[in-house]
Amino acid sequence: MNNDYIKSLVEKGKRIDGRNLDEFRKIIIETNISKNAAGSARCKIGQTEVIVGVKFDVGEPYPDSPDEGTIIVIAELIPVASPDFELGPPSPKATELARIVDRGIRESKCIDFKKLCIKEGEKIWMAFIDIYPLNDDGNLIDASVLASLKALSEAKFPKIVNDKVEHESKTNNGLKLNKLPVTTTLYKISGNILVDVNNKEEQVVDSRLSVSVADGNIHALQKGGDVALSIDDISKMIDIAMKKEKELAKFLK
Amino acid sequence: MSYTKRNDGRKFDEPRKMEAKIGVIPRADGSAMFKIGDTIAIAAVYGPRELHPKFLQNPEKGILRCNYDMTSFSVPERKKPGPSRRGTEISLVIEKSLLPVLDLNQFPNAVVDVFIEIIQANAGTRCAGITAASMALAHAGVPMRNLVSAVSVGKVGDKIVIDLDKSEEDYEEGATDIPVAMNGDHEITLLQLDGEISKDELLKALELARKGCAEIDKVQRDTLKEFYRGIKDE
Repeated sequence: MNNDYIKSLVEKGKRIDGRNLDEFRKIIIETNISKNAAGSARCKIGQTEVIVGVKFDVGEPYPDSPDEGTIIVIAELIPVASPDFELGPPSPKATELARIVDRGIRESKCIDFKKLCIKEGEKIWMAFIDIYPLNDDGNLIDASVLASLKALSEAKFPKIVNDKVEHESKTNNGLKLNKLPVTTTLYKISGNILVDVNNKEEQVVDSRLSVSVADGNIHALQKGGDVALSIDDISKMIDIAMKKEKELAKFLK
Repeated sequence: MSYTKRNDGRKFDEPRKMEAKIGVIPRADGSAMFKIGDTIAIAAVYGPRELHPKFLQNPEKGILRCNYDMTSFSVPERKKPGPSRRGTEISLVIEKSLLPVLDLNQFPNAVVDVFIEIIQANAGTRCAGITAASMALAHAGVPMRNLVSAVSVGKVGDKIVIDLDKSEEDYEEGATDIPVAMNGDHEITLLQLDGEISKDELLKALELARKGCAEIDKVQRDTLKEFYRGIKDE
């Protein structure tokens, strides 16, 4: 696909797959996609597919928060998902993806970190949220956030017997998400703002802004791409993200 | 030491329920999913494509590279993401299991990459990975003389069984696990063993593997045929 063609379409408010600029592809969320995870989910946005599994392990609290557990978000851009992904240590792109997901969850306080405390000052749950894109057809960030929130809301703590975690037996207790900090990433192409770019459109993105929103409040922002954004751009982008919040959150209910 | 009944009620020569699907990774040149019992493997093939760095290239023919990996949450205790000694070894034996059926002479200086990811593990993951990879290679259109099918056989207690699940691998009175892969001519392209077994029992187990691989080969062929029939109808 010719990059100039994609741009010239966008200038006319059109896209290669016939969508409106502010229209997501079809979103499908499934749960319990991997039995050994404490909680797991799959999010498909068009042909983009991301799976996320949550695992719990016992750790020690940080000295400055003795009664709070912690989350650890890791994204593995496995070469299964794209010819552009390579084996090796996490790329900056993978680390950025994980940290955007992390900040949306952490800063919105959508989970009560005190509920991850087992014994104050001694033992806490560490919730590992591991993100694996299986097919990268663009907009991995929004798909990863949806899959992570769903997997987290499904997760059940394992049993602890004689101070040992029994990973093979789950309790009925999990974490409640008291809000749903969904992320909409806005992409700027040829002066226009789009949501949910596919892989071909992603090649011509000038810049992007990921906006994590819960209950109309902004909890995390991440500007990416090589071109600067005006304050006016950012204002427009946030307006769209605010509008998309309900549309995305309903997939998690 | 008598193992009288399998935990999940299967006969000793009965593999777990299988499911296969082609084209699960649209970005890949070929891809497949293979599920056997609770074990789920997906495989993606990229290539033949140019191999970098250049000094790895073979001017005579294309090379095959395989990588086997498990998602961190596929096993009861979280597996740290990234490479492991186990994964490295399994990747190597998988590569050797697939290579004998491939014809890469037409692709000098190129590489065919096979990436296997285990989504859910309940024993037999390398065999499920090989079975998925073989279908993915066919889907990618890489010239092949045959498919490769794989299954684990072994000894649980005093019984020779096919397709051990996790509870059988961990059988407290002892289990011997023998992952086997075969080309369509019943020749062996992967053979490993952990445990203790007599030669007679091993031969009996390999006979079971031959039958099991034939069954898996049929699932692979039917799935590929079904997939291409679907494309023709569209």
